Amino acid sequence: MTRGMKGKQPMTATQFISTRLFARAIAGAAAVLTVGALTACGSDDDASTTLTQAESVTLTDQWIKAADTEMTAEFGILTNNSDNQVTVTGGRSDAAGSVEVHEITEADGVRSMQEIQGGLTIPAGATVELTPGGNHIMLMDLTRPIRAGDQVTITLTFADGSTLDASAQARDFSGNQEKYADHETSSATSHAGE
Amino acid sequence: MPVSSGIGRRRFLAGAAGLAGLGVGAGVTAGGAAALRPAPTECTFGSETVDFHGDHQAGVTTTPPAHVTYVGVDLVPGANASVLGGILGIWTDDAARLTQGRPSLSDAEPELARLPARLTVTVGIGERVFTVADKEKLRPTWLRPLPAFGIDKLDPKWGQTDLLVAICSDDPMTVAHTVRVMVNAVRTRIRVRWVQRGFRESRGAQADGATMRNLMGQVDGTVQPDSSLHDSLIWDDGSAQPWFAGGTSLVLRRIAMDLDGWAELDRRGRELTVGRRLSDGAPLSGTSERDDPDFTAIKNGLPVIPASAHVARARRTGDRDRFLRRAYNYDDPPNGAAISDSGLLFAAFQRDIDAQFVPVQRRLAEHDALNEWTVPIGSAVYAILPGVREGEVLGSALHERP
Repeated sequence: MTRGMKGKQPMTATQFISTRLFARAIAGAAAVLTVGALTACGSDDDASTTLTQAESVTLTDQWIKAADTEMTAEFGILTNNSDNQVTVTGGRSDAAGSVEVHEITEADGVRSMQEIQGGLTIPAGATVELTPGGNHIMLMDLTRPIRAGDQVTITLTFADGSTLDASAQARDFSGNQEKYADHETSSATSHAGE
Repeated sequence: MPVSSGIGRRRFLAGAAGLAGLGVGAGVTAGGAAALRPAPTECTFGSETVDFHGDHQAGVTTTPPAHVTYVGVDLVPGANASVLGGILGIWTDDAARLTQGRPSLSDAEPELARLPARLTVTVGIGERVFTVADKEKLRPTWLRPLPAFGIDKLDPKWGQTDLLVAICSDDPMTVAHTVRVMVNAVRTRIRVRWVQRGFRESRGAQADGATMRNLMGQVDGTVQPDSSLHDSLIWDDGSAQPWFAGGTSLVLRRIAMDLDGWAELDRRGRELTVGRRLSDGAPLSGTSERDDPDFTAIKNGLPVIPASAHVARARRTGDRDRFLRRAYNYDDPPNGAAISDSGLLFAAFQRDIDAQFVPVQRRLAEHDALNEWTVPIGSAVYAILPGVREGEVLGSALHERP
């Protein structure tokens, strides 16, 4: 599923490289949006053939919901700048026992969260928003409290085995509840059992 | 609601639907259909923005918009430089987005971010923050409690806090949303001590840049440092604390007005109290608001401006004892038998509180005819952090690891 998908012009090869280098350097969130300004002179059309999935993707506007124990979620905007589809299969973080890509599905009027089977696919040139109540990166079995203001590094893993590191700042936030008050289907239980 | 017989119910509903819920009933009179189709109102200032990034924070020398909310918060017990840095990181990001009409990252009501209407967010820190962050050596010397003044009747309810956020906009919806978003994102790291809301004349009600009036009816804030003096009188140059270059200080005083007592005074008495005409703010010795008061003018053997008048006592005696005033009115629900709780959120910005603000306040505390009707009931001082470039976090010298 690619909720919030938007068409996007593919970036040039040099932009890929700039994006990749910038993604490694970036410690905080928002500034990634300025990536276009970092485009270097010249071009190298062969560069795209060597790019991994992680190198083709930027994560911007990322943040994480503060939580003391158990689990929490990361949100942001994933943009695939390449001409090829990419798939986020999961991730890891020293703040969590495991990291998965989750979706929210609705069946018989009941909304519940679950891991996206096969991972989150982002078509060529597309943008996928990770939002409270939508697709998100789930951090389970937290190893420490994540408090508002903390920076948490989360590594996303792609289908080709490549990885993308990004730091997200935690915010106090009441949304994206794991349990839904109306139904109490407790996807938290399914999370715990996974 | 009377609807003229010439307009059928169906037509009325059709017209009302087209007006998208604008209290249309009030416009329906015997005049008929014309009242149902008023000229569309032009949107004017909702989308106006003030730059967030720069050498200085916005909201100091910026033209004051109509509304302010000051939020005074304390850090939670056990907070340290890292906690401070987390809060300032979130607030910097929030302010950079919201002031440009974009929702914050965790904005639960993103539609309320669409009309910044000259929104500014200005962050200040109190004295204790330097202790919490273990950065005592970085504290500006003037950042400490003001001396006690004889006129003060300070209520700790409005006292010093660790952090201050000043949020200004021409749209009170935007102010409320910005306050909510910024406090909510760090709610487990802070405790809100007080919220002080203020207002001026509405945007567009009078010429932009016209001096505001306070609720005693006086033109308030005529004498201000010329913009050519902002670098010397308002902005810190970093000579004492290099990290603070581009910052300034804020003295925020909540001044209660005795409007009932003031009501007993006739206009002549009121004008002699302040030294200015009520009609246009002109000094009693002059003919227009911007005229320099002539304190030597004598009429019928008496000074035209009494030596005890507010303007006479407040006037500067040298080059340094002056500051930028950016007051707003407050008018809160009264308690007990009172019929109003009104006053001024007096805000003074200056490079050095000790050299600029305190001498003037001492003179006024010693004697000022206006003191009979005004009482400072709240007081706090803050270091207003230097501005930031894109990607930087406010106050990073206080929380980044060396």
